[in-house]
Amino acid sequence: MRTAPTASKRHLWVALALTIGAAPAKAGTIEVTIEKLVFSPASIEAKVGDTIEWVNKDVFAHTATVKGGWEAMIPPKKAASLTLKTAGSVDYFCRFHPNMKGHLTVASP
Amino acid sequence: MFIRSTTALAALFLLSAAPLAQAADKPTDPQIAHIAYTAGVLDVEAAKQALEKSKNKEVVDFAKDMVRDHEAVNKQALDLVKKLKLTPEDNATSKALTEAAAEERAQLAKLDGAAFDKAYVANEVAYHKQVNAALKTLLIPSAENAELKSLLETGLKLFQGHEQHAEHVAGKLK
Repeated sequence: MRTAPTASKRHLWVALALTIGAAPAKAGTIEVTIEKLVFSPASIEAKVGDTIEWVNKDVFAHTATVKGGWEAMIPPKKAASLTLKTAGSVDYFCRFHPNMKGHLTVASP
Repeated sequence: MFIRSTTALAALFLLSAAPLAQAADKPTDPQIAHIAYTAGVLDVEAAKQALEKSKNKEVVDFAKDMVRDHEAVNKQALDLVKKLKLTPEDNATSKALTEAAAEERAQLAKLDGAAFDKAYVANEVAYHKQVNAALKTLLIPSAENAELKSLLETGLKLFQGHEQHAEHVAGKLK
């Protein structure tokens, strides 16, 4: 008598879990480490709504700058983040040290 | 600026001219530490002169970046020599760099406005190029301590960034 409702409840949970899994993935945070003047990973794939968090392990200030676009200032030994608003493929660099380069591929939500 | 570059370059070549030089011609770790530290101090001094003289925002921002970065890397260098119980040793290259920088500062002191800005930034390009060449071909290969070598490698990446940054500012001043 008691097992029946429990079993059907379980099925309901499984169904619910599958529904959530099938829906578009929730926006997440992607971490990029900066160490010894290198963005790593250098190239990342994200989607609109995702947040990029740059964690700066250097004692130097850096930026993540898109020419003619956005810029994140990343102080020494600190992190900075930015939420992606537009889809597309962009190169970014550090304005203070233009030899530091990264790439972002941002998919539509 | 040409005087400074030529003298300093000649000094750096003194150490690097003979590829098959005997061990005695290779700078030692205490000398390498002294050269790298001196190169940083001299660039901070050049930047401070620019901060006093320039009114151009790009130039002032660049000079502030130089002070901040070179002071930060030199602080790391001081912490490292302390940790390694290494006493930086003055040498001909450090002396030549210091003399050349003094000459350059005297030349720049005579200039004002846009002429100063252009000369300062052009010299920053030349100076970083020259220090980077020395790091790459002489100082890094000669360094024996692994931590010192690693700091010099980070320094090279940092100064290569400065060289490109200076080239960018120079392009904007044209």
